[in-house]
Amino acid sequence: MMIARRTCLALLALPFAAVAQTEEALRAAMRDAVGDKPATDGGITLRVPALAENGGQVPLGIVVESPMTAADHVTTIHVFATRNPTPGVASFRLTPMLARAEVQTRIRLAEDQRLIVLAETSTGRVLRTSAELRVGSGGCLS
Amino acid sequence: MNALPSQPRIRIPRSARVGEVIEIRTLIEHPMETGLRHEAGRTLPRDMLTRLLVRLNGETLFSADFQNGTATNPYHVFFVRMEKPSHFEFIWTDEKGRQARAEARVAVA
Repeated sequence: MMIARRTCLALLALPFAAVAQTEEALRAAMRDAVGDKPATDGGITLRVPALAENGGQVPLGIVVESPMTAADHVTTIHVFATRNPTPGVASFRLTPMLARAEVQTRIRLAEDQRLIVLAETSTGRVLRTSAELRVGSGGCLS
Repeated sequence: MNALPSQPRIRIPRSARVGEVIEIRTLIEHPMETGLRHEAGRTLPRDMLTRLLVRLNGETLFSADFQNGTATNPYHVFFVRMEKPSHFEFIWTDEKGRQARAEARVAVA
């Protein structure tokens, strides 16, 4: 009986667990991406709409200041959504064959939230920036 | 066999001058279903691409690892400085290991 009731509670809790992203989940995702290296604010420009009408298709442009040489280039750009059901958006791996450290994509956002972008360089630096976005209609759950 | 039914589209110039920076746009038709959405009381099964890999003349140029926040019909734009005639390969892989591929050649004068 106990087990049956516990299973029932777990099933009830499941949809909420899927919706509510914890602060720990975000921190864990960021740690998985760049480890415990300290991040420096700045050096990244985000091009996003202040208000995204459709949360299912939000244009995102990321430009990192970098010479993109063999010695000094951006190796990875990680994107995190702070109030989606899960924090991960994408990780981009760059090489010095790219003309610049720029990527454009489209992302989904469930509600108004802050977007966090981390960039790692071949010289071992981690850059960080964030942007607040308002979302008209959410793009993750329906 | 293990090919994705998804249709990729690449926008890339056919030719470029030496040293010219070209823009490459890629789009692939894919639902990017996270497994978190419900419709008519049932959960829609997860169906996600995991990765886009782009090679230039056989070497890795750019790759993207996708998580739930990547939108339906993944779209990516990036920039390459052209030095020589170039062969680009684009490979998308889903969580079941199925792949969709596209390629393009750019003449450089």
